[in-house]
Amino acid sequence: MKGTCVIVGASHAAAQLGPSLRESGWEGRIIMIGDEPHLPYHRPPLSKEFLAGRKQLADIRIRPEAAYRKAGIEFLLGRRVTAIDRERKRVRIEGEDDLPYDVLALTIGSRARRVDLPGTGLPGVHYLRNISDVDAIRPGIRSGAEAVIVGGGYIGLETAAVLRAAGMRVTVVEMMDRVMQRVTAPDVSAFYTRVHREEGVDIRCNIGVAGFEGHGRVEAVRCSDGTCLPADLVIIGVGIVPNTELARAAGLKVENGIVVDDFARTSDAGIVAAGDCTWHQSAVYDRWLRLESVQNAVDQARAAAGTLCGKPARYDALPWFWSDQYDLKLQIAGLSQGYDEAVTRGDRDHGRSFAAIYLKAGRVIAVDAVNRPPEFMIGKKLITGGHIVDRVRLADAAVAMRDLLTAAK
Amino acid sequence: MPRITFIAADGTRTDVQAANGLSLMQAAVNNTVPGIVAECGGACSCATCHVHVQPDWYSRLPAPEGMEKEMLEFVMEPQPTSRLSCQIKLSDGMDGLVVHTPKSQY
Repeated sequence: MKGTCVIVGASHAAAQLGPSLRESGWEGRIIMIGDEPHLPYHRPPLSKEFLAGRKQLADIRIRPEAAYRKAGIEFLLGRRVTAIDRERKRVRIEGEDDLPYDVLALTIGSRARRVDLPGTGLPGVHYLRNISDVDAIRPGIRSGAEAVIVGGGYIGLETAAVLRAAGMRVTVVEMMDRVMQRVTAPDVSAFYTRVHREEGVDIRCNIGVAGFEGHGRVEAVRCSDGTCLPADLVIIGVGIVPNTELARAAGLKVENGIVVDDFARTSDAGIVAAGDCTWHQSAVYDRWLRLESVQNAVDQARAAAGTLCGKPARYDALPWFWSDQYDLKLQIAGLSQGYDEAVTRGDRDHGRSFAAIYLKAGRVIAVDAVNRPPEFMIGKKLITGGHIVDRVRLADAAVAMRDLLTAAK
Repeated sequence: MPRITFIAADGTRTDVQAANGLSLMQAAVNNTVPGIVAECGGACSCATCHVHVQPDWYSRLPAPEGMEKEMLEFVMEPQPTSRLSCQIKLSDGMDGLVVHTPKSQY
């Protein structure tokens, strides 16, 4: 395939799409445009090893510059695409000439959800999504100082773990009645709440934030219940929103993300999209959804590359996620929304190993596994196989996961 | 700077040279070796960097431990010489290492 492929966005999906295009036989130019000044980097470490200072920029690059050079992939970094002219097949770049394309890929991701509260602009109040966010946060990490995390989701809890390990006094404020409420069963929330408390993190649920206060710099977080938490550092982690504006303005079909089919095609046959920004139908769960994950970015980008090279391959991978907090390695297979029963394995109230297996009408639809690789690895097979499992034996941690798979129908 | 050979399921050989201290997975990704997806970037969470080490090399590598060992029990296409390449740290002693990438990773 010849011609110019322009990729808007330069994160996980783009870093896969470029090389996959070459692998699938794209011979023309490939130009990647990113609004950050960096080559694509691994985003998950930003709230883990990179925040902790154990990894530096060079350590988290997805590929070194030489790999892209060798694949003939060109970059325009630190540039913002402001419009897509589908008629003339050009993208408009802020402060530059329009760039013509033959085919276009949108891997424009998502951004941190902002809160509209008094004092969010105060120095010391941060979001956490990009390297520049973490660069701004790092100088504020000081042993003994007060950190307040707004939001008890993955980003909030991973950040809490890192700041606690750095010796900060950490409070997590969560609006819902438990942490990770949106994504896990109550038992998993209870497990994580216990471990964080054992590590010395103050977790407060059912509390909203009314605003941030301070003279020239944040000094306190005002909560909805009237309490005031001292704060030297505030990190807000209340979810992400997909970047859909560019696609919407160009007249592409957009729902809760850019609408794509199983082959990553948008409503314009010459434009594909992949990653956090897409709204797509899940083959495994038979519903439309948007996924915020590396797996989705990588696998959907591979499908997009095949489509552009005339070798279409359906994207039907099982979603999976992970989260590292302290010595807890959480591996999540599938999506638990809509489950009617959550069976647990391991001790919720002691130790550091636990799993929840989510069932719907007797079939496994998702697994949360903490330091339990068999539950995760076998769980994936149980989900994709659509097996009916014996829930009594499933709840018995003495029964090996492998035996459950063998016995499953 | 050990030289490593990756052999794909279809027999294609890719020779790469990588710095000591890098993981075998990163050496593959840096050279866009097909079949090493490495979604989690080396967190030992996904098993998409699974390789079959050439048998004569397997025993010369430090043995898998902990999380890797447990994950390996359940990978697709397991072999006695299966490893997660993100957990193998390259050194001069690994010059000439040969690994195969499983068919399921394409």
